[in-house]
Amino acid sequence: MKNLITKIKEAKLVGRGGACFPTATKWEMVKKAKGNPKYVICNASEGEMGVFKDLYILSKYPAEIVKGMVLAMNYLKTKEAYFNFNSSYYKQTKHKLNPILKKFEKKGYKFTIYKESPSYIGGEETALLNAIEGKRIEPRIKPPFPSDVGLFQKPTLVHNVETLFNIAKVAEGKFKPNRFYCLDGKIKNPGVYYLADNLTIYQILEQTKNLPKYGWFAQIGGGASGLVINATQAKLQKMTGAGSLEVHSTKKKPRALLLEWFKFYAKESCGKCTPCREGSYQLYQLVKKNKQIPWKKIMDIVDVMGKTSFCALGKSIVVPVKSYLTNILKKKI
Amino acid sequence: MKKVNIHINGKKIICDQKESVLQAAIRNDIEIPHFCYHEDLPLGVRCKTCLVETDNGIVTTSCDLTVKPGLKIKTDSPKVKKLRDENLELLLADHKKTCSKCSKGYFCKTARLMMKFKISGTKYHKDKIDKPIHKFGNAIEFDPQACISCNKCVEVCQNIGIGFLRLEGKGSKTHVAYNPDPKVDCIYCGQCTAHCPVGAIREQSQISPVEKLLKNKKDHAKGRADKILIAQMAPSVRASIGEEFGLKPGSNMEGEMVTALRRLGFDYVFDVNMGADITTYVEATELAERINGHGKLPMITSCCPGWVKYAEFYHPEILPNLTKARSPQIHSGGAYKTWWAKKAGVNPKKIVIVSLMPCTAKKYESKFEKLKINGMYPVDHVLTTRETGALLKKHNIDLPKLKKGKLDSPGTYSGAAAIYGASGGVMESALRSAYYFVTGKELKKVEFKAVRGMQGIKEATIKFGKKDIKVAVATMAKNFHILIEEIKKHPKKYHYIEMMACPGGCIGGGGQPYPNSERIIAERTKALYKIDEKMKLRKAHLNPQVIDFFENYVKKLPKTKQDDLLLTRYWKRKKFE
Repeated sequence: MKNLITKIKEAKLVGRGGACFPTATKWEMVKKAKGNPKYVICNASEGEMGVFKDLYILSKYPAEIVKGMVLAMNYLKTKEAYFNFNSSYYKQTKHKLNPILKKFEKKGYKFTIYKESPSYIGGEETALLNAIEGKRIEPRIKPPFPSDVGLFQKPTLVHNVETLFNIAKVAEGKFKPNRFYCLDGKIKNPGVYYLADNLTIYQILEQTKNLPKYGWFAQIGGGASGLVINATQAKLQKMTGAGSLEVHSTKKKPRALLLEWFKFYAKESCGKCTPCREGSYQLYQLVKKNKQIPWKKIMDIVDVMGKTSFCALGKSIVVPVKSYLTNILKKKI
Repeated sequence: MKKVNIHINGKKIICDQKESVLQAAIRNDIEIPHFCYHEDLPLGVRCKTCLVETDNGIVTTSCDLTVKPGLKIKTDSPKVKKLRDENLELLLADHKKTCSKCSKGYFCKTARLMMKFKISGTKYHKDKIDKPIHKFGNAIEFDPQACISCNKCVEVCQNIGIGFLRLEGKGSKTHVAYNPDPKVDCIYCGQCTAHCPVGAIREQSQISPVEKLLKNKKDHAKGRADKILIAQMAPSVRASIGEEFGLKPGSNMEGEMVTALRRLGFDYVFDVNMGADITTYVEATELAERINGHGKLPMITSCCPGWVKYAEFYHPEILPNLTKARSPQIHSGGAYKTWWAKKAGVNPKKIVIVSLMPCTAKKYESKFEKLKINGMYPVDHVLTTRETGALLKKHNIDLPKLKKGKLDSPGTYSGAAAIYGASGGVMESALRSAYYFVTGKELKKVEFKAVRGMQGIKEATIKFGKKDIKVAVATMAKNFHILIEEIKKHPKKYHYIEMMACPGGCIGGGGQPYPNSERIIAERTKALYKIDEKMKLRKAHLNPQVIDFFENYVKKLPKTKQDDLLLTRYWKRKKFE
């Protein structure tokens, strides 16, 4: 029988938090790192609009999640694990989760539940570590990476809920190269779907009977930070990031869309670095206070956020704004 | 260490292997704007203004970019300019509105930087953070509105060992705030104010009451003014105030300051150094008594009000160990309003004393009711070094260009007083006199180099005749804690301990010019020891003014009056008390 790490490699598991880092490599890095105890963290705190698969998986497959964590803990020879919970998710799933945790706690495993008010920065793994440690919630300087210096300065393995589900499936020999898709927006059948991971956006909409009959475009991989594509591009484009797919009518007012995005960024910026802290605020103000969108000013700020923000949150703003401009509005600024 | 060659703007620069590009640039006087980098504090990578372009065309922060062989850096390329200017405008949005409240004066490095890089500060407008200005005692205040979230104050407070400050809020509402924990309180050391690049956290200014007094003086120039204005300068101020005028750290400006203060309109210019000699005299006498079995050991200094506040709030159990001696500015202020007033034949109630201090906690100390003499505060106003610089500049006094003046008569001081500003200086001064008080002999070799330097804790053993006197010197609260724990474990380990809240002692004080760093502090410190070295009079108890004060004045007072003038007392304090 093959060992688990080989199976994970063969299954080509990648992180499902959005960054797609190879899971086996992550495991080996934490394994190699010096320091005791090592920690395993389940990140169950999706905070971006349009992303709600973690709640679905937690409700439906709690045993698999815990199993994934225990397998990782066994591999790392540790008994210490944490949950970073979106507090409302914990409320909704604890009746299913807690009995399973108790079973493992009898065997000496320790699970600590950290509940955070839903926030996007909680998805940044080093900010999450600060939150659990009771420090100000903002990202840490990398390197060192959490695999070397993580929670309480110890080597730490942070996995998204879906990744843990996949690990359990690999161990059971039941892994399918599928992923969870969150479908939302102006469609008939919104919800979470578990389908092959290589479908095009068009296929996903088709298979879930969501293909719109009106002029549409979509944002994929995050309701704020995701890529914006038109209906033609949807025939080639596959899913990215955190697995969300939001459909908009081509009649959607640009100002309304920008307001949603910029409000999200302004609200979720942790306040650490200038471009994201001040830039996101100014972007929101620029759209809110002007009836005409001042594109030139907006792109100056988007550019500086993309190129100089500290973490992926601020950097990511370039993706939706630029792709929306190019693919939908066909504008050059 | 291995050396690495890089190029910045085409200029070859030899760097240490582990150095960052920003450090290399600073070392070579190549200006890269930065707000959140400080050489003594952890890397923040927050302000994102220290941008540079690397040879592969990427713009990145230079504070966290480690040098590597052959690296080619441009600090002013069009790409850099565009992104840097945008971040500076975002960071300093509306900053000019808070300028008028700032005491950084005309040498403000942020204002100069805005001018050099053509940053308007008006491109963006920021909504008000709806939080009032918070005052810590009468020493320090912060204005959440002016805060640029660089986090330096928070880090330096942590580094000192207090952790009173923290950032609060998310996004653009992020601002400095204080820790509500009832077990954590500010000790007024003011290191935060010496690390804030924009004056959001600053001393509570006393420039205007002092200016009012000076104006009143000038308006009644022909002898009708009813106040006698006396300025007294702390040991450290003369070694640092030049920095406010662009001079190198450690330029001794004593003579120029005397001229400047006269020009401002002060009637007399005395010196806190004279007060330091009184303090040494009182403290060394008490140390000798305690060593001879009368009183608790180890005896601990009390001239740093930051340390005293620390002891009163965090460790009241240690208060019996503190010397009862008052601090130098309080000693000399009291002496002027009694002994000197009598000699000069003036009404003490007419005397107004302005102390120029490297310290924010001295503002707090000056308003203690317990220190009043005949109903008068010994010191009426305290200006920090920064405020002093701002006041001079406001009155168009270009300090470095002035001729040197001489202190007025009771300003005479010993070399022992001159070194009070340096960590270990109070200890050294007291030992020079205590040796005499304990052994009856004058010390020949007066320098105690083991207690000098920047280390957080220093220890030494000194021979007083056949007796070994064990001493320790600590700076910063984190080290106070270590020494107090040590005393509890080994009550007989030390005879005498000096405690100072700021790194390097008063010379690195919270009222000193911005920037304040260990490297700069070391340069200022050299100036203090140089003054001492050059003096013939190097022991406090041999200062003729001090002898006159004690022999011809203090000794003739009833005991309670003597105590009122020389001693103080301590008690446990609550948060914000």
